[in-house]
Amino acid sequence: MAFFEAKGIVKFFGGLAAVNSVSFSVEEGQIYGLIGPNGSGKTTIFNLINGFFPLSHGEIFFRGKKISGLKTHQICRLGIGRTFQVVKPLKRMTVVDNVIASAFLHAGSKNEARALAEEIIEFCGLVPYKDKPARSLPIASRKRMEIARALATKPKLLLLDETAAGLNPSELEEAISLIKKMSESGITLIIVEHIMKVIMTISHRILAINHGVVIAEGTPEEVAANHQVITAYLGEDYSAQS
Amino acid sequence: MEVFLQTLVSGILKGGLYALIGTGMTLIMGVMGIINLAHGQMMMVAMYLTYVFFHYMGLDPYVTLLISMPSLFLLGVLIQHFLLNPLMKVDSILPENQVLMTVGIGMVLTEVARFIFTSNYVSVPTSYSTAAWFVGGISFSVALCIAFVLACLLTVMLFWFLIKTDLGRCIRAVAMDGEAAELMGINSERIKVITMGIGAALVAAAGSLLVPIYYLFPDIGGPFTRKAFVITILGGMGSTVGAIFGGLTLGLAEALGTTYMGMQFEDMIGLIIFLLVLLFLPGGFKKLTKV
Amino acid sequence: MIVRDQYFLHIMILILMWVAIGSGWNLISGYTGQVLFGAAAFFGVGAYTAALLMHKLEISAWWGLPLGALVSVALAFPFGWICFRLRGPYFALATLALNEILRHIATIWESLTEGMMGILIMQTFVAKEPYYYIALALAALSVVIVSGVMESRLGYYFVSIREDQDAAESMGINTTFYKMVSLCLAGLLIGLAGALYTNYMGFIDPHVVFSLHNISIMAILVGIVGGVGTVYGPAVGAFIMVAIDELFRSGGFGLLAALGKSTGWQFMDSVTKYVSQAHTLVFGILVIVVILYLPNGVVGDWEVVKKRLLFWKREAA
Repeated sequence: MAFFEAKGIVKFFGGLAAVNSVSFSVEEGQIYGLIGPNGSGKTTIFNLINGFFPLSHGEIFFRGKKISGLKTHQICRLGIGRTFQVVKPLKRMTVVDNVIASAFLHAGSKNEARALAEEIIEFCGLVPYKDKPARSLPIASRKRMEIARALATKPKLLLLDETAAGLNPSELEEAISLIKKMSESGITLIIVEHIMKVIMTISHRILAINHGVVIAEGTPEEVAANHQVITAYLGEDYSAQS
Repeated sequence: MEVFLQTLVSGILKGGLYALIGTGMTLIMGVMGIINLAHGQMMMVAMYLTYVFFHYMGLDPYVTLLISMPSLFLLGVLIQHFLLNPLMKVDSILPENQVLMTVGIGMVLTEVARFIFTSNYVSVPTSYSTAAWFVGGISFSVALCIAFVLACLLTVMLFWFLIKTDLGRCIRAVAMDGEAAELMGINSERIKVITMGIGAALVAAAGSLLVPIYYLFPDIGGPFTRKAFVITILGGMGSTVGAIFGGLTLGLAEALGTTYMGMQFEDMIGLIIFLLVLLFLPGGFKKLTKV
Repeated sequence: MIVRDQYFLHIMILILMWVAIGSGWNLISGYTGQVLFGAAAFFGVGAYTAALLMHKLEISAWWGLPLGALVSVALAFPFGWICFRLRGPYFALATLALNEILRHIATIWESLTEGMMGILIMQTFVAKEPYYYIALALAALSVVIVSGVMESRLGYYFVSIREDQDAAESMGINTTFYKMVSLCLAGLLIGLAGALYTNYMGFIDPHVVFSLHNISIMAILVGIVGGVGTVYGPAVGAFIMVAIDELFRSGGFGLLAALGKSTGWQFMDSVTKYVSQAHTLVFGILVIVVILYLPNGVVGDWEVVKKRLLFWKREAA
């Protein structure tokens, strides 16, 4: 059985199928990319995996266990972490407190939580911001704090939702290296991204969707050459991003 | 059987008035996202205004409508402009600031009324206050019937205003998406001020219409705010059509409850409906129609 | 603590009681972000438990403290179950509705609660001192509990829920469970205060202990004036609010009446009367002013307060 598997997942909002019979599986240690035009259903898929929305149909399995139908916090406890497209900092807490709050999931005491938090803050390169209130952070650091918070829950699978959006070129390089670092440390990643440079260069496999339906699945080269994918992105200039 | 029919009649007639109260509140809620817990207290102000004009100038309440509505419109505008709009800019840990603010406003209105008029019950006994028409043994209170008709008229006028006029369209735009409306050149802040004024004017009408048949005292605002709230939740927030059904439902439920269980249950009925709706039908009637 | 005068003892007891209520309110509203509009529900339940123990079962009303707290916590479960599925203002209003429902039940169910006539019990102590020490213990307990909780995992979880409930869930926090824990703690403290009230005053009725204005809104004021989401905010808020309340109720602590007598001005009588009834009006105005200008309370917005005070000092100098 695959490390992570989504089988025929469907989500209706009213009469509209935002996600329609999507199936894919991810092997442990992979970086799995999820691409598609705006509104194609990518974040909805994350919300379905994460338990924010209940599935209309279909099932989701993680490490052999069925997780569709579980509550979000239970899914997190089982080892799936998640960042949000529009970041959700806990504004009135400091950065280190944000991460400590997450660390408590697996840490027994406050000292343990603090130690784990500091480790992760260093991993994510947030040490200069450690004691600053989250609301004072610029967007690139907020995104890294979002990742740090997710990492503190010791996930085996991490869902990254548009981590690179809104970053300037140097911030982008840092984001890409952080993603690689996480993958090297053994975490499986599913990444939603718009910026082709990021996703094409680091993903092992890619799923392309449009209007909630799968249009291509395979290695980055296969997907990039796929006719439907090119059509869906007509107007999106791949070369302008690199 | 007769008792039952009588109860139905009183319930529906009162329900029409309730709908007017609820419509004002739901409009405010839909456009500003503000829960106005001073709604009943605004009605109380209109009622006292009507009382004063009746007592000292002999003006019939239905005439005072033309004074109370604009006056409360102005009060609503002032409250929104000076007290509620500024709240958008205040940063506080407590998220329910504006609900609390309206509670404070309600308290101030009540106490000022108490200061001016004392806690004594007063009434506006017009010639038709206790008159009733009889149809087959069932009494139709004249005052309530006229109030019902006028309430319907005002509601129709409100709908016409919202659908046909430019200002009405602006209001609906802000209700649907405040930011998008701003981007299209609508001055959201001004619209909110006007909407609060309209909501206040509507509840003022309800007040003037109700005062011939109700005893008036400063604390009368509280129960009416709660009723307005129940109606709004029943109908679905922001849904003016829903408020009509909500008002009728509450009127009927209260009539049935007080007839068969006792007067002291009147308030409780509304509260229990409120909780039931929140638990089992969170979108209100509006949700039922869209599925 | 060496206060002997009976009147000031009374005031101190009230202040200490409100420190407890305010701290409880702060836990669920200030720290966890679920604003409680119906605190009186817990206060009244605690008060009635103590009263009924004595009145119906002839058991000392002091057992009402632990038992009242227990019943309050028990109330938190259905209360939370109903209200927590709602977010934001709807939660607040649901708590208000529950508050009112309990008040109506207490009024209507006369066979249990004697309805509007209220319950009168024999007080254990004649002097005020014992009550003062108990109230002091309760207030101290509240502050200790709050500061202890907020340093721990619970505290982090509560604030995470307040700041962003969805993010909190994604961090593995069982938000429903922890909201309930917060409410139970709040109910515990507020219920204890209620039971103490019964023992101290000797008389309760639905109008007083389930009062929307005098208990629920007062609790909110104690919280917001003092400082929402701070450990010592409720203490500061309790002191200020009780002081203001008494200031008006007693007509400037008896000053106005004395002034009337010494000057012989007739109208001082009516002024005194109006002032004594004005406390609700003042509360309403205070709500408005605090929300607009001092939203984080005296403790939370201490910088703003300091600036204003310094400004006045400079003006006077």
